[in-house]
Amino acid sequence: MRASNVTAVYAADTGQDVPAVDNVTLEVPEGQIVGLAGESGCGKTTLGNALALIANPPLYTIAGSMEIDGQIIDMTTLTRDSNALHRPYRGATVSLLPQGAMNAISPTLRIRDLVHDVMSAHDKNVTKAEAMDRASDRLKMLSMPTRVLDQYAHQLSGGMKQRMVTVISTLLDPKLLIADEPTSALDVSSQKQLIEMLLQMVEMKIMRGVIFITHDLPVLSMVTDRLAIMYAGKIVENGLTEDLVHNARHPYTSALLNAVLDPTEETRTKHVLGIPGSPPNLGNPPTGCRFHPRCPLAMDECVTKEPAFLDENNHQVACWWAEKNPGVTVPMEVSAV
Amino acid sequence: MTATYSQGSAVEPEAKVPVLSAINVVKEFRVAGGHITAVDNVSVDFHAGKVLAVVGESGSGKSTLARMLLRLMPVTSGTIKYLGKDVTKIRGGELRSYWRDVQAVFQDPFSSFNQFFTVGQTLRRRMSSKQGDETLDELIERCLGYVGLKPGDAVNKYPHQLSGGQRQRVMIARALMMNPKVLLADEATSMLDASLRVSALNVLQDLRDRLGLTVLFITHDIGQACYLADEVVVMENGLVVERGVTDEVIFNPQNAYTKRLLADVPDLKGSLKKRNS
Repeated sequence: MRASNVTAVYAADTGQDVPAVDNVTLEVPEGQIVGLAGESGCGKTTLGNALALIANPPLYTIAGSMEIDGQIIDMTTLTRDSNALHRPYRGATVSLLPQGAMNAISPTLRIRDLVHDVMSAHDKNVTKAEAMDRASDRLKMLSMPTRVLDQYAHQLSGGMKQRMVTVISTLLDPKLLIADEPTSALDVSSQKQLIEMLLQMVEMKIMRGVIFITHDLPVLSMVTDRLAIMYAGKIVENGLTEDLVHNARHPYTSALLNAVLDPTEETRTKHVLGIPGSPPNLGNPPTGCRFHPRCPLAMDECVTKEPAFLDENNHQVACWWAEKNPGVTVPMEVSAV
Repeated sequence: MTATYSQGSAVEPEAKVPVLSAINVVKEFRVAGGHITAVDNVSVDFHAGKVLAVVGESGSGKSTLARMLLRLMPVTSGTIKYLGKDVTKIRGGELRSYWRDVQAVFQDPFSSFNQFFTVGQTLRRRMSSKQGDETLDELIERCLGYVGLKPGDAVNKYPHQLSGGQRQRVMIARALMMNPKVLLADEATSMLDASLRVSALNVLQDLRDRLGLTVLFITHDIGQACYLADEVVVMENGLVVERGVTDEVIFNPQNAYTKRLLADVPDLKGSLKKRNS
């Protein structure tokens, strides 16, 4: 899967468009999980919605196309018929697991009714028994209990609910699953179970690729093959997860990594400064590199010129400092004392 | 609890008189067909100028314990003592003065503000009848200073103009205006991004070091406890299963539940290795 030059804007009351996602290109190689990380308000969820083809006013995708399996989908939502055009792809080609999906299970329906609802949205003729069969087969494959299908939402734990919505959202074997903060509301043990299930699903080729959106870097390091770091509507760094964690080339990535508090001896002694300031207003983003007002390594050109994407061995970074210091990892001392 | 202090020689003798303590506290909730024991015979001491973290999964009873300590919820049995005095059943003026000394900051920085008041109005409202205007301004300035906000900028802002981290810091400043002895932070940093979370934790650390504030830090994130806390209490199903100085509990856990909790934490570099092998 490859999405190219995606731009999505929120139409604001002032008449000015706020570009929450600005010319983003993202690739998901076959059978891989790609992580999308960044602070709140950096455009992760908006990008997820645009990729899932569910951009609803006031959000408009004004540019971008997606190539899945040789099939090219126009992602723009400016024309009237775009909704009808996108509908067949939703759930079947790209499936979104939205934030807080587990709280959206109807309290008065059994899980199996939800399964039927989801399946009949794509195939009107599907019977309840067929839907049930399919769901219980899938649950058996993932070695999960099938009794869950006869239960109501309140009878399930948070972790189980989240695993169920994940299973249901992939019942139609989507090529791409976009999971938006699926682990954020769970405690660590349930998180681990969900992650293991996702990895198992990818291994079984239930879906061909996953975009995993969260600000939780330790979770991403556990589940993803590649990582893309987003800041102020743009992707600033993109590469193999291992590469990024050990060799951050963008000061923003480095600061995010440094703010991670693992229960280790290092955390006990270090003092992290955090990132000063807050993400910019996207209606009026900073000139040049958008991170420069908060960047400890900012130079003159950062203020005036936008950095280009450098490609170093499958590890892309958009930063002037990185361009001047090829192959050098951002020094940790910059964001820690 | 005293036994665990043998390792921590830095603890001074007078620090052994707890500021706040829960003694054999039990909380039962009635449910259909019986009752659930949310907090089961828990005893905890909070010592002056220390950060104590209560760690546990959702449903382990940590928030229930906090609510009882705050006297927002009655205990089923047991005693809560503040500076050696039994406060389990105090009422009226006494309770109000207890509430001034023991302040709390809660999880959600988005719902704890009145949207129609500026930060200045929010902070001022609490104090209207007490102080003259000038000293109040100074107090606001001082408290916002503690949490790293510039009073000139912040006072005239509305909550929607602040980020989550800034809001949480205003909430801490609000609590500090009462000049509390104990600050109880119930998952106060859970809803913040990692980068903002660190600065909120730094604020708490700073307050402990500069003002000698006693902080009770409730979290499900053992990493945050590791960064901030002097002592850790681990709770499971309403029971305290392990307690002690942070280094002992986190780096040398004895209890099976603590070990499992630590093993489940996704660790940035460690998880990479696990997956690759």
